[in-house]
Amino acid sequence: MAVAGSVVVLLLFVVSLLAPWISPYDPSAIDLRDVLAGPSGAHFFGTDQLGRDVFSRMVWGSRISLKVGFVATGIAIVIGAILGALAGYYGRWVDAVIMRFVDIMLCFPSFFLILAVIAILEPSIWNIMIVIGLTSWMGITRLVRADFISLKERDFVQAAKVIGVSDLRIIFSHILPNAMASVLVAATLGVAGAILTESALSFLGIGVQPPTPSWGNILTAGKDNIDIAWWLSLYPGLAILITVLGYNLLGEGIRDSLDPRLRD
Amino acid sequence: MLRYIAKRLLFMIPLLIGITIICFTVIHLAPGSPTDMQTNLNPKVSLEAKERLRTLYNLDKPLHVQYVLWLKQLAVLDFGRSFSPDQRPVLDKIVERLPITIAINVLSMILIMLVAIPIGVLSAVRQDSFFDKATSVFVFVGFAVPTFWLALLLMILFGVRLDWLPISGIRSLNYEYLPPLSALWDLIKHLIMPVILSAFGGLAGLSRYMRANMLEVIRQDYITTARAKGLREGVVIYKHALRNALLPVITILGLSIPGLIGGSVIFETIFAIPGMGQLFYMSVMSRDYPLVMGVLFIGAVLTLLGNLIADVSYAVADPRIRVT
Repeated sequence: MAVAGSVVVLLLFVVSLLAPWISPYDPSAIDLRDVLAGPSGAHFFGTDQLGRDVFSRMVWGSRISLKVGFVATGIAIVIGAILGALAGYYGRWVDAVIMRFVDIMLCFPSFFLILAVIAILEPSIWNIMIVIGLTSWMGITRLVRADFISLKERDFVQAAKVIGVSDLRIIFSHILPNAMASVLVAATLGVAGAILTESALSFLGIGVQPPTPSWGNILTAGKDNIDIAWWLSLYPGLAILITVLGYNLLGEGIRDSLDPRLRD
Repeated sequence: MLRYIAKRLLFMIPLLIGITIICFTVIHLAPGSPTDMQTNLNPKVSLEAKERLRTLYNLDKPLHVQYVLWLKQLAVLDFGRSFSPDQRPVLDKIVERLPITIAINVLSMILIMLVAIPIGVLSAVRQDSFFDKATSVFVFVGFAVPTFWLALLLMILFGVRLDWLPISGIRSLNYEYLPPLSALWDLIKHLIMPVILSAFGGLAGLSRYMRANMLEVIRQDYITTARAKGLREGVVIYKHALRNALLPVITILGLSIPGLIGGSVIFETIFAIPGMGQLFYMSVMSRDYPLVMGVLFIGAVLTLLGNLIADVSYAVADPRIRVT
């Protein structure tokens, strides 16, 4: 299961890295003579409403999806790990305050929050990445906190304290590396979620703006031309599905292998 | 029981305050002043008019004072007026759209419960059978599928190619002329696709969780006792195991409420349903900040209420909770 997932993930990496070489056309090349053409030998996935080759746009769009997925999840991990570590290690009121904050953030439908913030700032890729990251750290915080609470009492932590290692070092050099297992799983699944969210935002027009290709904004064209250009709707969605499925399988595979046998 | 509810309500108050703080922060992320639309961008407006507007909206006061004043407005449910040309109070615009969104979300949750629970139970009871494996695959794909894409595909299939279901709005154009039964059927036809799609993600998650729970419960000693007593397998599963496995499901349903509310933005936009999600989308696109804030706040409050209902239902279902 994890193998299938990693194959997909690897394939995606390769495709996005080799984008300039494997995409047959320039993704922004407008060809008004060939508007809304179906899949053919010349255009594997057809063309969109401005005559741009869909296959090329999808290949370049994979870069956007991966970028957003990784940066957004990275931000979520950094925030989540720090807050979770602090909450788990110090306990009592620090823990209470942080967990209350988590509860408050969980009250917001995250999609609403993301839409609202991006409406207020403009829809640039960086804003999208930051906002998605800022709304997905809550689960990671809980995981890290749980790990810290259990690891805090272990002998190696007590030993480090006795020697006089500073709290900061204990948290980051001693305990945190051991808590990474569940974070890794959450991160993999988080990338999948971030890709889904980014494509939903682009689909609604508040994500990546055309002409920058994103799987989501090709689907917007698909919606507008739903009765005459089915290929604009089918292929990008399929790409999103396979990518997210790949990351999910990978994440589940990692979780199965790391837990509980290797949990020490 | 009443004490439990009171405790939960008390617990909600800091959450409510936190929600207002975050909403307030989000509003003030906007570059420029909220009155820019009516002042700086309008060359006919004089300097005194700008100052008067600032005082009117309390923008000349320090931030924490603004926050308190804003809270006071919220307390009487005054969300201000929309920036859009019709300038109607935000609350009115939200309230007229709220019933539809709530209706669709409630129907989705019912659908999720009706479908996911039996699937989860059957998968657990027939573990590793073809049914189990097939539903596992289905669940995995269900997690990964972008629901708006599925919406488009279903629209193409059922709406355009087969012409079985309408693809926009909640009523047909000839709604007023239809006899009541046809009118009801018309409404149902319009709602089928949105409700199914809205429920789709939650279905996958809940059936998997249900399966895991049932597997755990079936391994318990009291199930073995029940079987040893000679009870029929059906009674063992559906009366004893199911009841216990069902409990955490209520919590999960409660946790899926923000997802449903957030997802309604996509469905209502795609299917042109006049609900709160579509209102939010339109207000975001037109940068209608008072409306955006109003819907954001109401969305969070709805989630809070949903969680409260989930907690209370859990207490009703599980007597052990009431004692703590």
